[in-house]
Amino acid sequence: MPSDHASGFAPWEDADATPLISFDGVTKRFGAFTAIDNIDLKIYPREFFALLGPSGCGKTTLMRMLGGFEDVTEGTITIDGQNMAGIPANKRAVNMMFQSYALFPHLSVADNIAFGLKRSDMPKSEIQGRVDEMLRLVQLQKFAKRKPHQISGGQRQRVALARALAKAPKLLLLDEPLGALDKKLRQETQFELMDIQEKTGTTFVIVTHDQEEAMTVASRIAVMDNGLLKQVDTPDRVYETPNSVYVADFIGDVNIITGRAAEVGEKTQLIWAEGATPITGMTGSRVAQGEPASFVIRPEKVSINKTEPEAANKVQGKVIDIAYLGNMSTYHVALPDGTIVKSQTANNRRIARRDITWEDQVWLSWTDTAGLVLRD
Amino acid sequence: MRRLLISIPYLWLLILFLVPFGIVLKIALSDVALSIPPYTPQLDLSEGWTGFRAFWAELDLENFWFLTEDDLYWKAYLSSLKIALIATFLTLLVGFPIAYGMANAPDHWRPTLMLLIILPFWTSFLIRVYAWIGILSNEGFLNQFLIWTGIIAEPAKILNTDIAVYIGIVYTYLPFMVLPIYATLEKLDGTLLEAAEDLGCTRIQAFWSVTAPLSKPGIIAGCFLVFIPALGEFVIPSLLGGSDTLMIGKVLWEEFFSNRDWPVASAVAVILLLILVVPIILFQRNEQKQREAEQ
Repeated sequence: MPSDHASGFAPWEDADATPLISFDGVTKRFGAFTAIDNIDLKIYPREFFALLGPSGCGKTTLMRMLGGFEDVTEGTITIDGQNMAGIPANKRAVNMMFQSYALFPHLSVADNIAFGLKRSDMPKSEIQGRVDEMLRLVQLQKFAKRKPHQISGGQRQRVALARALAKAPKLLLLDEPLGALDKKLRQETQFELMDIQEKTGTTFVIVTHDQEEAMTVASRIAVMDNGLLKQVDTPDRVYETPNSVYVADFIGDVNIITGRAAEVGEKTQLIWAEGATPITGMTGSRVAQGEPASFVIRPEKVSINKTEPEAANKVQGKVIDIAYLGNMSTYHVALPDGTIVKSQTANNRRIARRDITWEDQVWLSWTDTAGLVLRD
Repeated sequence: MRRLLISIPYLWLLILFLVPFGIVLKIALSDVALSIPPYTPQLDLSEGWTGFRAFWAELDLENFWFLTEDDLYWKAYLSSLKIALIATFLTLLVGFPIAYGMANAPDHWRPTLMLLIILPFWTSFLIRVYAWIGILSNEGFLNQFLIWTGIIAEPAKILNTDIAVYIGIVYTYLPFMVLPIYATLEKLDGTLLEAAEDLGCTRIQAFWSVTAPLSKPGIIAGCFLVFIPALGEFVIPSLLGGSDTLMIGKVLWEEFFSNRDWPVASAVAVILLLILVVPIILFQRNEQKQREAEQ
């Protein structure tokens, strides 16, 4: 997480803070298809904001509207106090880093970075200095004279970033910026991105379908589905207290047990199977007594034991599958009613000494605060 | 097996290009004569080695010197170059917007547009050029139309002028300009234009700073494909051009068929070929560079 976030950067909790971007009742339709459905959203200066969702959820459309590549059908988008209606892309203090990088193949790395500067009111004498500064920022000084096809994918990604940042935009849009990189490079680059965002103080809005990436880089995440914002919150809250089963299911791995809510209070009991002890969990949003509800819990919060443990919630089941991931293992346990519950534990012992194996009868247990009861 | 495959194109070139070229060169070095064929010396292989030496001794560069003495020839070469260059430029002016329009047309329209570009090839080239006579003559459709609209009162003389030659060349070679430009424009990544706009360009600036430089290989290929055949063009100037339209293709034809001076005609052809070799080499260099850039 960015360090300014760790040190209490949370303008969204401050009612007096002025947002850099606000969406007010924004709707976008393509013919009969509604891509964005009446969205209200505020993004604050210096935020690293992630739009997360499956493909076709409208996240890219939302970003392209910020960049000026799509018109708004209804509602208004305001950037830095200015209504963006009718303002074309080339008149916005917004720059975009394209998914394909869109580097100009006929121009050298330095000329690509200088492209926007040459069309701004920056004096010619200062352009070279600014280009050098950007090359230093992304550590590509040696490659200034190369053409885009003469450098690696990771370097191209950095050129695209430098080019988009060269004009010092108020807002930088990043469309799946790391999608074309392999996993290792992607992880390194995530930290580089955060570092650069902090150095330049630019507000970043990133579009991604990779929830891990969003969790790593973002100060806040907006989870989208079908043109709607399902939840807008910090990564830890999106993970720990999802407001819907959809969000819980989309972010990370989760166990979902469906049933009916009973005794709604600070905690809620979920009646889930005939004759089984109800499950107790934290009360999530919009849960009502007697209504259908789901209990969601992360696999790493479920303990697995061969003997009956002392715990608020415990169920017995049979191990049907073990996924060995190296650093951890996920046990798939079938409960008597057929529900599969996953439990994840760190492999802090060597695999040969593992005492749980296929077909074993085991106890799964968790505390009464580990999971969440949500309305379906 | 591999050598055999590689040798096929070389064999083809040898039989259909190098050998005929050798024959033309041989005739160019001979002298005109009243005989069949109408030049001397003839190679008489029955006399063996001495026959060959006698033949060799009579070959000279006289006809090439003649080409420099009579100013008709270099004027015809220069005039051909001028006409070919102007016609190529005009074809580019007409062809680029067509290619651009095709590349930006909706996907389902493109095959139809492509067909429309290629369609004229289904009719004989000669017939199409003859058809232009009907359009451009004093009583032709174009003059009738212009008089009907009131733009001109008297029929304008278009046929048998250089203008008619330009119209003919632009019309005939347009597809050779449109297709390579279309091919490069179609490959052009649309997000590059969005990126240019994002970085502050207007649509027009984005065109000049992104589309134009990136379509350069197609423009160069198209220009060569028009320029090379236009330089030696014979049918269009002789059908549409006037008596004062001087093109080397026409001169060549007259030397061969009106004057029956095969040696001088061959010398004209050899020089024309040498003039054409320069743009062909440049063209291939451009192709090579493009291929390297794509790798």
